[in-house]
Amino acid sequence: MVNEAIQAIRKRLLDVMDPELPFLNVMEMGMVREIYTDGEGIVIQITPTYSGCPATDVIADDVLEAAQSIHEQSRIEIIRSPAWTTDWITEEAKKKMERNGIAPPSGQSADKAYLLGKERVIPCPRCKSAETLLVSAFGSTACKAHYQCKHCMEPFDHFKCI
Amino acid sequence: MTKDEHFEWLLWLADDALILAQRLSEWCGHAPVLEEDIALSNIALDLIGQSRAFYAHAGQLEGLGRDEDQLAFFRTDRDFRNLLLVEQPNGDFGDTIARQFFFDQFALLRFTHLAQQSFDTEVAAIATKALKEVRYHAAHSAEWMIRLGDGTEESHQRIQESVNRLWEYTGECFEPNSFQTAAEKANVLPHAESAHKEWLATITSILSQATLSVPNGTWMQKGGRQGGHSEHLSYILAEMQVLPRTYPDAQW
Ligand SMILES: [Zn+2]
Repeated sequence: MVNEAIQAIRKRLLDVMDPELPFLNVMEMGMVREIYTDGEGIVIQITPTYSGCPATDVIADDVLEAAQSIHEQSRIEIIRSPAWTTDWITEEAKKKMERNGIAPPSGQSADKAYLLGKERVIPCPRCKSAETLLVSAFGSTACKAHYQCKHCMEPFDHFKCI
Repeated sequence: MTKDEHFEWLLWLADDALILAQRLSEWCGHAPVLEEDIALSNIALDLIGQSRAFYAHAGQLEGLGRDEDQLAFFRTDRDFRNLLLVEQPNGDFGDTIARQFFFDQFALLRFTHLAQQSFDTEVAAIATKALKEVRYHAAHSAEWMIRLGDGTEESHQRIQESVNRLWEYTGECFEPNSFQTAAEKANVLPHAESAHKEWLATITSILSQATLSVPNGTWMQKGGRQGGHSEHLSYILAEMQVLPRTYPDAQW
């Protein structure tokens, strides 16, 4: 009975979207960890993406609402360890980002190349040119950097590797 | 560490982040270029997020029912434990960048240690996340130090003045006080003296790339960790706290 509810919640969460990336759901973003029952109800574990991400509260509320529509006795548990990493974003989600004009995180999460001053090649999501320029490491939201394509001139967001 | 010391430690971490965030957010809508407006606001947002996590954890530890808002909005300047460095006025863009540069390099060392300590696993988790963010902040401020220092004659002169002006606030990051000693014993903060050396080595290397000189002053301001702040903090708090203090039950 409870297991069925957990399965149903998992399925329902595919419709809970990230407000800052409205074409991606919370499961694809890798924000939902375990979903389990502790006798009192169903617990959905969520790991925040960025410390200051304003979307986190909204996402937690949306997830709770979705879960409670299936099982009244549901609650959210915020899990900070292990820390969320872009490695948890599914491959399918990364493809969706690219289709929506956002260069997805590439390679490993520890973005040492950037920290050592070496810029990674971030291909343009529009024309795929590798001739792109980092305009600013801080973009339209906490998770994105601002790039511009030197080939087609398109300005675009890159989802930072963290 | 005693429970009081544990709580105090969390306030150090939270207050540094919150007050610097409040300062940085003053740039929102005023930065010299759009990219910097966004960058400084993003950094402020990361810091607010870090402070919220530390406050929430501190409130739970304290067990008196104070949540993150209570700790941020209903304490007075004497209760704040932040470094004097982070409450210093924004000044010009160079002052803001120099302040950020000094703080980011300190924060990198501190969060690296916090992420590895095992005394408080919640702090380790917050720090692991924060460290990833602070690496971006540190890259940003170091890049600007080099750009301004090695830029025009005027930018060079002005950023050097900012460095000189803020220098006396850097010693407090590594101040040997009784709490620091207790924290070192519990291994929850990096060893002040060796961290100071490591910090100075990085600062020296980046300033030299920026063709700037390291000030040789050794006299340092202190008092923030004991609640003895400059007048600046009272103004920051007045602005930050006025709404929740006027309408304590306000919801939005
Ligand atoms: Zn292009």
